[in-house]
Amino acid sequence: MLLLLPIALILAVLAALFAWVGGWFGNDNLTPQKMMDFAETSGKQAAGFRRAHSKGVCFAGTFAPTPEAASLSKARAFSQPSIAVIGRFSASSNNPYAPDGASPVRGMAVQLKTDDGQEWRIAMNSFPFFAAATPQAFQAMNEAGKPDPATGKPDPAKMKAVLAAHPEIAAFQAWAKSAPRSDSLGSTRFNGVNAFRLTDAGGTDRMVRWSMRPRAPFVAMTPDQLKAAGPDFLIEDLNRRLAAGPLVWDMVVQIAAPGDPITDPSQAWPDTRQEATIGTLTLAHAEPQANGPCRDINFDPLILPDGIAGSDDPVLHARSAAYSVSFNRREREISAGKTAQPIGQNGSAR
Amino acid sequence: MNRPRHFNLLARVLHWSMAVAILAMLFVGAGMVVSLQYRAQLLDLHRPLGIAILLLAIVRLVNRLSRPVPALPADLPAIQKFAAHASHWLLYGLMLAMPVIGWAMLSAGGYPIPMFGGVHLPAILPHSPETYGFLRPLHGALAYLLFLTILAHLGAALYHAWVRRDEVFGQMAKGDSP
Repeated sequence: MLLLLPIALILAVLAALFAWVGGWFGNDNLTPQKMMDFAETSGKQAAGFRRAHSKGVCFAGTFAPTPEAASLSKARAFSQPSIAVIGRFSASSNNPYAPDGASPVRGMAVQLKTDDGQEWRIAMNSFPFFAAATPQAFQAMNEAGKPDPATGKPDPAKMKAVLAAHPEIAAFQAWAKSAPRSDSLGSTRFNGVNAFRLTDAGGTDRMVRWSMRPRAPFVAMTPDQLKAAGPDFLIEDLNRRLAAGPLVWDMVVQIAAPGDPITDPSQAWPDTRQEATIGTLTLAHAEPQANGPCRDINFDPLILPDGIAGSDDPVLHARSAAYSVSFNRREREISAGKTAQPIGQNGSAR
Repeated sequence: MNRPRHFNLLARVLHWSMAVAILAMLFVGAGMVVSLQYRAQLLDLHRPLGIAILLLAIVRLVNRLSRPVPALPADLPAIQKFAAHASHWLLYGLMLAMPVIGWAMLSAGGYPIPMFGGVHLPAILPHSPETYGFLRPLHGALAYLLFLTILAHLGAALYHAWVRRDEVFGQMAKGDSP
């Protein structure tokens, strides 16, 4: 009977190990759950919506790769003549009713399904580089920027400490404050600030960062115009422009030179880097996300076809992890009937 | 009925290899959902390993149902006999259900289901937030149930080996001597 003791000990050690791996105790690291918990407590989270970039609009269109694209990657998206796409434009906060002029950050996400059964999901933003070099620094920045309940304002001392520890954040803050904003999503450039590895048919790898560059000319809005604009002016403008004709972006990849920061999305690569236009994205129409096909897609930037792989950029991996938690939580809310937005017609939301 | 003294070689090979695979799977699953940096890599391992476990579990179930198995000790209390049978069928149910739920859950979530080298599995359910929102938490909850059942199974096996010192542990650990 004394031997029950080692048996109990073995089981206890195994159970403790499992609980530790699963983050039940002793995990002081930042986790995607902690990031999403924080996101939910800041701003105006609504059930059934994304934990960030909650406000959005779905779009549909096509992607057509250029003839030279196939020399960069063996992925079918670089050779299939025309690919139907679904996507989503978004504003960065977690308030699904935020006015379009409130945030300098606009997002574009695209899903490409190719005829070989593979899939490529792309998530880009209007900023030219990411706010921070790591998810930990990004989280620290968000925490320092959260208003103190006592004063209603963020504590400047906290932000000062974060900036001292993560000086790259200052460049992002300067961009957010002063970069001119265009009057239309159709004339906004979107950048996938993380690096990816393209592998061609011969097995050669290239590290790249991609962007969607609009054909519609950039027209800047003054701060006064932004303030005066209606809460949904970007979506209204999008519908107006699409009614008149399609909107087109060129997808361009910037190819890294030796020594370029591959794993730090807060550092832009020099504009003089070799570039290649790999395709054109043509948007044909838009529809509200409440019933649109983009609502229930997790635009996880690490859903990639063979021929494209993620770099070791920690922000890229953290985005994938955090989006997954956000998706699980909002789909669970929708499943439980707790969503603040209507579910698709005939009860089968997409 | 002529019952063997040990499980057959196929049963033993499947038991011990799947023990390693399922435990690895549970730890990978528990770790990947809280990892900021390694989720994608662990998920790339989790999907094909899950499908491999599903295929092995089918072979194992067929072998289990078509071959005679060793008897439990005649003097084992009825409650322990019941616990032994119930926990074994729970283990079979979970090792078959977990990969199927994982596959169904990814289908309902609108996710692609890559195995390796560009090979994908087809969706087995339509894209539906209602279904995904139900299956995703179920997959996590049943994983914890499977882990607890494995702990109970391990504890019982060691109890037979060290405390009762009966033939039960040897039935799975050893073959018939020539």
